[in-house]
Amino acid sequence: MSTRRIVGPFNRVEGDLEITLDIAAGRVSAAYVNSPLYRGFEQILQGKLPADALVLVPRICGICSVAQSAASALALADAAGMAPPPNGRLAANLTLATENLADHLTHFYLFFMPDFARAEYASRSWHAATVARFRATVGSAPNQILPARARFMQMMGLLAGKWPHTLAVQPGGSTRPLQSSEIFRLHRTLREFRQFLESVTFGARLDEIASLASRAELDAWRMTPGGGDLRAFLAIAADLDLWQVGRGTDRFMSYGCYAEDDRRLFAAGLWHQGEAALDIAAIAEDTTHAWYAAAGLPQHPASGSTLPVAEKDGAYSWCKAPRLGGQVVETGALARQVVAGHPLARDMVAAHGGSVAARVVARLLELALVLPAMDRWLAELVPGEPWCVETYPADETSGVGLIEAARGSLGHWITVRRGRIHNYQIIAPTTWNFSPRDSGGQPGALEQALAGLPASASEALPAIIHHVVRSFDPCMACTVH
Amino acid sequence: MNLLWLQSGGCGGCTLSWLGSEHGPLFRVLADEGIELLWHPSVSEAGVDEARQLIEQCADGRTAVDVLCIEGSLLRGPRGTGGFHRFGGGAQPMIEWVRRIAARARHVVAIGSCSAWGGITAAGMNPTDACGLQYDGEASGGLLGPDFRDPSGLPVINVAGCPPHPDWITETLAALAHDRLGAQHLDDYGRPRFYADQLVHHGCPRNEYYEFKASASRHSEQGCLMEQLGCKGTQAHADCNQRLWNGEGSCLRGGYACIRCTDPGFEEPGHPFTTTPKVAGIPIGLPADMPKAWFIALAALSKSATPARVRENAHSDHLLRAPSVKRTKR
Repeated sequence: MSTRRIVGPFNRVEGDLEITLDIAAGRVSAAYVNSPLYRGFEQILQGKLPADALVLVPRICGICSVAQSAASALALADAAGMAPPPNGRLAANLTLATENLADHLTHFYLFFMPDFARAEYASRSWHAATVARFRATVGSAPNQILPARARFMQMMGLLAGKWPHTLAVQPGGSTRPLQSSEIFRLHRTLREFRQFLESVTFGARLDEIASLASRAELDAWRMTPGGGDLRAFLAIAADLDLWQVGRGTDRFMSYGCYAEDDRRLFAAGLWHQGEAALDIAAIAEDTTHAWYAAAGLPQHPASGSTLPVAEKDGAYSWCKAPRLGGQVVETGALARQVVAGHPLARDMVAAHGGSVAARVVARLLELALVLPAMDRWLAELVPGEPWCVETYPADETSGVGLIEAARGSLGHWITVRRGRIHNYQIIAPTTWNFSPRDSGGQPGALEQALAGLPASASEALPAIIHHVVRSFDPCMACTVH
Repeated sequence: MNLLWLQSGGCGGCTLSWLGSEHGPLFRVLADEGIELLWHPSVSEAGVDEARQLIEQCADGRTAVDVLCIEGSLLRGPRGTGGFHRFGGGAQPMIEWVRRIAARARHVVAIGSCSAWGGITAAGMNPTDACGLQYDGEASGGLLGPDFRDPSGLPVINVAGCPPHPDWITETLAALAHDRLGAQHLDDYGRPRFYADQLVHHGCPRNEYYEFKASASRHSEQGCLMEQLGCKGTQAHADCNQRLWNGEGSCLRGGYACIRCTDPGFEEPGHPFTTTPKVAGIPIGLPADMPKAWFIALAALSKSATPARVRENAHSDHLLRAPSVKRTKR
């Protein structure tokens, strides 16, 4: 016999989240993830001029703001059949990378780690040190990280005017030409951030982290001297066995990101016990258990609809259920690195699939992988060469923008009729990860990851559930939009 | 002074902007100013049951709230139920929680243009019937009504902006903590005057281009953005070009228009955001307090007086001509 328990509000996730748990014999027998906030951006965008989307869509999300801008700019460029000049492409990479890396840092230090300072862990050998370092708002880490993050975000002042919510990211490139002295200041900011990561987060050089090729190498590295917050987390992860908790679908998807000359820094693809083809045409959104009126079968986003309804039998979320060829996929930094072929990422999922520890390590790994690429992009900028070309979308056209936000794959699909937005559909990373069930009753990725975890109907919610939920780095603002 | 922060129909960007504060560790700054975070959804440890119990206590008066900060629009739909946002783990709509706690709090602060006026969430068809705490666009009213006053006699304090600058938030809260914010410190829209009595135009590095109406016609050009590219910096109330963003940024420094995001109704300007609306070649939105005839006369005069250096640089994305060097001594 099972008991039903509603838990919320989940804090330290971006936006609003509640979860209904069915509990039987001290375990979660089923989880139902509810995104309880609806704003209706897809409705707001209908009838607008295509270029006005660039003002509206970043404001879907305060933490993935540039990712939303970039996806929209790509969709508009696709609709216009244009591409930015090299400076514009490099500036877009740098702007998105700055947001993504800052988000990884924010997630680790402000959202994820404070849960290990909970009283529940008071008997653990690492608890006292963790309280001193990571406790929310008062620990040494949050107070050390905020100034370092603010210093790093000065990249945005130069690249994008401000963050969040810039208009610098345009389909034709960047509105912000950079001159040599500004490029030098960006270079200095990157150097400082690298020094911060190497001394505080890793206690190691970035290339040392980037070259770790397996779980065994990671475990061996953890035992080496050097300190740093990653080693502290790995010790906790080993003690709590976070490598075997939080398994989702083990189907990992990435749209790929950071355009370089003839490739992307991280390739697009699908990984399910091996490389598989990613067929964007096979994406469809199912609204069986979401509060939307829908006609018939799941729809591809290019022809999707968003019609909220106040009451609906069987519905429990404002989040639609996107599926790839009918399958649930997981997206995020771990998925991105597994698909891109990083040996540590692939080895981390080989034994126990996606896990709390693997997701967290993959995020920190990306800090070590992307920062050197940013140095390279900065060096490739050429002041005096063009930064932005004009784009003229046709009156009747459509476009797609696929990109990787910090927390996973983000897609925008736009249709233009008579010069106005006829339809604009968005599938955000957490729409994938935190989707409700579909018409076949198939639970979403988090719903699968929570099943089987310990829980009781009356006691305080075990911290392990918090770890699993936050390991996905959810952004609920984006999820429903 | 304690502070309860709740989020509703917004993007969380006001909090993210705030966390980018550049004056040292934000949490220590707050403690140093005597501000205690009762709960903030993005940064506090307490979650789930603990958080819900705390908020219930705030709503029924068992815990006194000094400052209630609301981020995000208040969603009244569908059909007045508030059902587009039910606060985590309960059946009660968020607007009910906000009404109950606002009625007891010593001060109520709208963080950002969504909670001040409705903002972006109220754009287009406003599918969720979004409004601000005490405004619905330009109209006084909103969720709490035009007559709302806190126990000290203040209306809702509107730290408007999309997002607000981190310092606007911190400075407003510090002023409340030190009992230094009175009605005389708020403008006609309830915005703190320390930033709202400035214009975005003040300190704009494109001022020389503005003086000569040497205008950019395409993005990435260096000229003034007012005449062609939709910039409202000469009318927008904020100090964005004096108190810079993320180091040395601002919208205009980033090369794009000020969209007047601190004003009610900015989300529906009635024209494309980055195109200046004109009648007979004259921009509709004139600089604040400037008589139209004088603007036209001065614009015509300054255009004809534009130095070649300024004219050519305005249409380039980098400096083509440097200012000439004048020797004063032989």
